Amino acid sequence: MTLLWIALLPLLGVLVPTLTAGRGRRYCSLATAVLPAVALVMTLLNVPALLDGEQLRFSASWMPELALDLAFRLDGLSLLFNLLILGIGLLIILYAHYYLAKDEPFGRFYAFLMLFMASMVGISMSDNLILLWLFWELTSLSSFLLIGFWSHQSDARKGARMALTVTGAGGLALLAGLLLLGDMAGSFNMGDVLASGEVIVADPRYPLMLGLVLLGAFTKSAQFPFHFWLPHAMAAPTPVSAYLHSATMVKAGIFLMARLHPAIAGSELWSVVVSLVGIVTMLYGAWFALMKTDLKGILAFSTVSHLGLITVLLGIGSPMAILAALFHILNHATFKAALFMSAGIIDHETGTRELKQLGGLKKAMPVTALLTTLAAAAMAGVPLFNGFLSKEMFFTESLATPVLGGLSWLLPALAALGGILSVAYSLRLVHAVFFKPAREAPPKAPHEPPHLMRLPVEILVVLCVVVGLFPAFMATGLLELASQAVIGSPLDFHLAIWHGVNLPLMMSLLAFVAGIALYWRHGDVRRFTQQFVGVDARRVFERILVAIGYRAEQLVARLEGNSLQRYVGWLWLGALVMGGVGLVQITDLTGAAGNQAIDGILILGAGMLMFGGVATAATHRYRLISLLMLSVVGLFVALTFARFSAPDLALTQLSVEVVTMILLMLALFFLPQKTPRESSPLRNVRDLLLAGSLGLVVASLNYAVMTRETLSISNFFIENSKPGGGGYNVVNVILVDFRGFDTLGEITVLALAGLAIFKLLNRLRLFIPHSDGEGRVWSPDRHPAILTSIAMTILPLALLVSAFIFLRGHNQPGGGFIAGLITAVALILIYMARGVAWAQERLDFPFQPVAVIGVAIATLTGLGSWLFGHPFLTSAFGYFKLPLIGTFELATALLFDLGVYLAVVGATLMILANLGKVTTAHRPVTEATEKDANATAASSSPQEPR
Amino acid sequence: MELLYAMTTGVLTACGLYLTLRGRTFPVVVGLTLLSYAVNLFLFSMGGLTTDGPAIVSEGSNYADPLPQALVLTAIVIGFAMTAFVVILAMRARSEVGNDHVDGNKEDRE
Repeated sequence: MTLLWIALLPLLGVLVPTLTAGRGRRYCSLATAVLPAVALVMTLLNVPALLDGEQLRFSASWMPELALDLAFRLDGLSLLFNLLILGIGLLIILYAHYYLAKDEPFGRFYAFLMLFMASMVGISMSDNLILLWLFWELTSLSSFLLIGFWSHQSDARKGARMALTVTGAGGLALLAGLLLLGDMAGSFNMGDVLASGEVIVADPRYPLMLGLVLLGAFTKSAQFPFHFWLPHAMAAPTPVSAYLHSATMVKAGIFLMARLHPAIAGSELWSVVVSLVGIVTMLYGAWFALMKTDLKGILAFSTVSHLGLITVLLGIGSPMAILAALFHILNHATFKAALFMSAGIIDHETGTRELKQLGGLKKAMPVTALLTTLAAAAMAGVPLFNGFLSKEMFFTESLATPVLGGLSWLLPALAALGGILSVAYSLRLVHAVFFKPAREAPPKAPHEPPHLMRLPVEILVVLCVVVGLFPAFMATGLLELASQAVIGSPLDFHLAIWHGVNLPLMMSLLAFVAGIALYWRHGDVRRFTQQFVGVDARRVFERILVAIGYRAEQLVARLEGNSLQRYVGWLWLGALVMGGVGLVQITDLTGAAGNQAIDGILILGAGMLMFGGVATAATHRYRLISLLMLSVVGLFVALTFARFSAPDLALTQLSVEVVTMILLMLALFFLPQKTPRESSPLRNVRDLLLAGSLGLVVASLNYAVMTRETLSISNFFIENSKPGGGGYNVVNVILVDFRGFDTLGEITVLALAGLAIFKLLNRLRLFIPHSDGEGRVWSPDRHPAILTSIAMTILPLALLVSAFIFLRGHNQPGGGFIAGLITAVALILIYMARGVAWAQERLDFPFQPVAVIGVAIATLTGLGSWLFGHPFLTSAFGYFKLPLIGTFELATALLFDLGVYLAVVGATLMILANLGKVTTAHRPVTEATEKDANATAASSSPQEPR
Repeated sequence: MELLYAMTTGVLTACGLYLTLRGRTFPVVVGLTLLSYAVNLFLFSMGGLTTDGPAIVSEGSNYADPLPQALVLTAIVIGFAMTAFVVILAMRARSEVGNDHVDGNKEDRE
């Protein structure tokens, strides 16, 4: 359980600074440090168990469908990284306390920092591939926030964006790689994956997987050619650089390679690719570290170089090389974090990081000078410092490895070259800043920083020296555990300063002599390189991004012409092709079932339908006529349903038809009455051809299906309707019971459409025509007496009918939908006959809640079945006996149907009453003024749009 | 009978499709409505054409397929909701843009 807490505490720590920021910085910094400190202690408390060889694991199922478990492990490698992340993290909190200016939002900074820390701890401890990836992405995001912390600076924004783009793209590749890896291993559990290395390497997809995983690791760890984001990330505040770019984030890629080493490293491909990329990165970084004039730039490139060195060691992959890699991870983190913090101190106290403005600082800042010199000595690999030990081991391994076959001698040569450069840039860093006289004065008069700000540097430098002096005592235990976690078996080794006079020592000596000489002459070297025009990685990067964006826009412009007609045309053409292809594959259009007999009524009905359809299309320019023709089609569709044994459908179609027509007529009132003739003949022919062919395809398809025997699942519904759903009307039982969930979704859509229309009509400016298309003014008789009296008479009757239809719906044609529509139609008739104002006075309630309550009742009915331990929307029914009335049935389905009824009434009226209101909102008419209005309307005063 | 029914569906589909390709909003809405009639008829016929056999459980055994009916009933109501939404959207577009072209812009149309 402690494992879970180690991972969770830093995550909870994100909240601490946001909650305590108001209490002042001292309080906030202290409070922030508590949780990581506890996590660090908890990590250390697990060390004895680790030494006993216990397997420390925690696992809880999270999303088993995605193979994602909340699984953590603590082995030697996690221990090493946890110590780095939490330990250096605590030092960074202390350092940032002094580094950030007074008015900067330190609470936010700490929150980002903790988020980053939490995600790093997550990577280090994940025992599941997907979980590891999740934390991996979280480091990309949180580092984006940290690098761009000074978001008012363009550099910071661009640097952050670049880091996010590169590491984010790498993260996607990594996800693909990890998914492949998990698939090959048959499990996403880290232990299983690490144990199936042989299976993985033998898999034909191995090269692809390796490429993707390495892409993720190389982008994160700034390996060539993805190194360019790291120097630009130096726009971050220095505590961030010291943390992310020395100890943690850039080590995540290295960590991944070390973690997955047993699973994926057992091939020649791995050795060659990884060690080559590593060596190129090492030399490239070292060279540019020597050329840069910005303090943090030098450190950034030297980091790139050292990351390359570790990568080479992982590529070599022998047990001793792994050990050297792990040792160098530890050493590099200590001296580089110290150097970054020193650079920050110098920047903070002098106001500049440019080498030419710095110089001779040893007088003003003697302690900082000493600390920086010691840390730089560790970086250069001076004997008696920790950097020396791991560098010697690197030289030894480079001499021993056969990785590059016949060219293996290249490796020690290039390693020595890297050593030379490393000595030269370390020397330059120290000499130029502290010892060489300054050429220009720095912006601020330099002085020593507050002692506590220097404390983290002091701690780290002491570690560098102590580890360098007593390596066996200080580091053996940790490295034993860590190397065992990577290699899988205990490794017998002995860390010592003196191995006698041997080739690696000679290489070190050579590196020192040549390095010092190189720095001596480095003015000449710089002059030589200045002949070449440098390439600004950021410019190139941004140019590529702009080019991609431009191409995308071009492509979009070509595909999308901003014309709905064209889109619809393509859509139908696609449907035509697909339907046509399907039809071509049928050998015989008429199936075995054949045709049923025709009678005169059928011919009449079909004729009317076709006539209505064609007339609707032909008269479309005269919209009112077209609409009338459409209603003919609608009516005959209802009759068709009635003819072919679908009474429920016929009733629904009939009532919907009425509502639709009223709606379209109302809408037409606000739209032009005629369509201008604007389609070219060519376009008309084209459209006719397209529509006609698709119509033929649909007709053929329909015919082909109808003349074949169909296998239907409906027998189940017919058989179970009575015993299972308690109703005789199978269609209704399907709607409210078997497929109740569909119906629930449907009434939700209906209610949503009503709400959307309500919002669309809000503040709508309308063109209110004062006359119809022919110039005739509207009839002054706005509430015709006959209509009014009929509507009033019908209302109670219609309500009665709808109640009847609703109640019998379960057993006879009817139900909530139809009853709702009948009620709605009756109410709308009143609105039309008496005007909105009159109706509203009497029907004074908003319809939105009715629709919402309807959906709520239906949902709650469904949820109710949970109370009785049944699945969602299980219905129950029973028979009750009442005196006088007799036996009747009550089913929960009835309650559900009531919800449907209310939703339909509410939504329909919401749509129509609101639209109707718009027509009268401009000319509110009360009973008293109605006569006057009628009188003036006769004199045809045009109603102006508002 | 089936042939006649299929022809009707085809004609209604063709007319509806033709109208959806017009350049003004109202004919497009009318076309969509017409198309939805055709689609409903098509879906309805997937259970075959049954005469005198409503799916109401009784002594008889000749039942129309109730499943397509239930689906089409749902489709009719949803179709109404969508027609309503689109036509109000057309009104709103006309009031915002000033014309009733489907692309909202007279100059851009073909």
